[in-house]
Amino acid sequence: MSTLALEDVRHVAELARLSLSPDEEARTQGQLSAVLDAVEALRQLPTDGVEPTSHAVSAATPLREDTVQPSLDAGRALANAPARGDTHFAVPKVLE
Amino acid sequence: MSLVDCSMLELAGRLERKEASSVEATRACLSRIDAVDGRVRAFLKVDAAGALAAAEASDRRRAAGKPAGPLDGVPVGLKDLFITEGLETTAGSKILEGFVPPYDGTPVRLLKEAGLPILGKLNLDEFAMGSSTESSGFHPTHNPWDLARSPGGSSGGSAAAVAAREAFGALGTDTGGSIRQPAAFTNLVGVKPTYGRVSRYGVIAFASSLDQVGPLTRTVADAAALLQVLAVHDAKDSTSAVQPASDYRAGLEGGVAGMTLGLPREYFADGMDSEVEAAVRAAARAYEKLGAKVVEVSLPHTRYALATYYLIAPAEASANLARYDGVRYGLRAEGVKGLGDLYVRTRTQGFGAEVKRRILLGTYALSAGYYDAYYLKAQKVRTLIRRDFEAAFKEVDVMVSPTSPVPAFRLGEKTGDPLSMYLMDVFTLPCNLAGLPGLSLPCGFTRAGLPIGLQLLGRPFDEARLFQVARAFEREHDFSSRKPGL
Repeated sequence: MSTLALEDVRHVAELARLSLSPDEEARTQGQLSAVLDAVEALRQLPTDGVEPTSHAVSAATPLREDTVQPSLDAGRALANAPARGDTHFAVPKVLE
Repeated sequence: MSLVDCSMLELAGRLERKEASSVEATRACLSRIDAVDGRVRAFLKVDAAGALAAAEASDRRRAAGKPAGPLDGVPVGLKDLFITEGLETTAGSKILEGFVPPYDGTPVRLLKEAGLPILGKLNLDEFAMGSSTESSGFHPTHNPWDLARSPGGSSGGSAAAVAAREAFGALGTDTGGSIRQPAAFTNLVGVKPTYGRVSRYGVIAFASSLDQVGPLTRTVADAAALLQVLAVHDAKDSTSAVQPASDYRAGLEGGVAGMTLGLPREYFADGMDSEVEAAVRAAARAYEKLGAKVVEVSLPHTRYALATYYLIAPAEASANLARYDGVRYGLRAEGVKGLGDLYVRTRTQGFGAEVKRRILLGTYALSAGYYDAYYLKAQKVRTLIRRDFEAAFKEVDVMVSPTSPVPAFRLGEKTGDPLSMYLMDVFTLPCNLAGLPGLSLPCGFTRAGLPIGLQLLGRPFDEARLFQVARAFEREHDFSSRKPGL
């Protein structure tokens, strides 16, 4: 009943920046549809007037003074970069 | 008793009395790893040099009469979700292969400050998404009690290493049961503390409103001692609890007389393994004999918990995993046509099937037109699940249930059917949704010799009582001293 169309699968994959082979698209369509069927019962449960819980422990966001503190230097922050310049991450050209 | 069979606190006692050294204990673990890990495959990376250096430093502190804490010198392992300075950290994913973090996360820093040598990094389901450790991007881990079976997941490497005597204890993380279910499958004590009790700074995120760090150990007292090291406020995690932790070992031997324990009716559902149910009901009778009042309670929204979880957790995961794009660390795809193509190809090559499935599900649940129907709806039902617990905890002090509906299953048995794997978490994940502390402890064995776990759930920040209730059972039963015949 909540069967996803192949078009939906392709759209979601594009949003998630994932590329699926035709086989994977078909498999994903079946598996996501099965999961969505399983969550269908949830949609039937009345929740009018119920506040959503985004975090189980609802504490106010803690604040602190905005003071300068030591942090990673550029060399260590860039040490794992697949490609880098002296003080920046390098990526393929975005604009010609 | 062989050194590796000691509990953490027994070893700490020997170190204190100078009957053993941390270097000896660390070497004993490394020898054990050499002997059995080819079959168990708990470790992704062993750091012998780092562990021995830490052990030598610990022995010097003990020799000078200045131990850094009660567990100084006791070697442990870490799920490979914990950021470790200078030691490769992968989250069990090819997309992070070769990543050497430039800093220690807070739990790791606290362990090091307390003097515990770190033996290495333990296997997990990729990004902690799974219930069997079969979704690891590298290899599955085997259950030391039966090598053809899964040790559970996602902290399966942590559980297997401690059960196999390769480490005295380990840290895991628990988003929907990932500490407690592996503990149940391997005859260990595993604790998911209250949300916010342990800092997650430097712990690779899966689902940020659910993730918690906790210990896996062979005894209740070990779990209490290890959690004590971690349960401190950390300004680097905005969800870190400010209130100080109580002394988890002070009331450990206090017993259960006068307490009220609740058996949630909905946790004794059809489809549960009959030997698991019998062991859990026997445990409830044992608690009655020890002076507790045991009553049935109802958590009426339990049947919605699985669906709620499998919307919220993938939604948060899809956002958290957006950062793996081939720019700053880890894998970068070769031969790409522009930046957009770099993102797509890197993620497509680097993520495994289960992670992709959850990213896609989460992206769908958050996408325009579906957000209200799925994600927001799940958050509202989450409120109802939380209220169930609040109401029940007005009647009872601790809830008692099975940890998992079944004992350890065979490797490969559930990998073809994601939904049957998701059902493995049905008794553990409501606790994460409600942010409560949960603990699994050994409560028996099946006729085939597989461990069975008993789950205790408590009020927020009531970990000390969970330890006390767990210890009352452990003291009367001898399950924890049994070890796998590897």
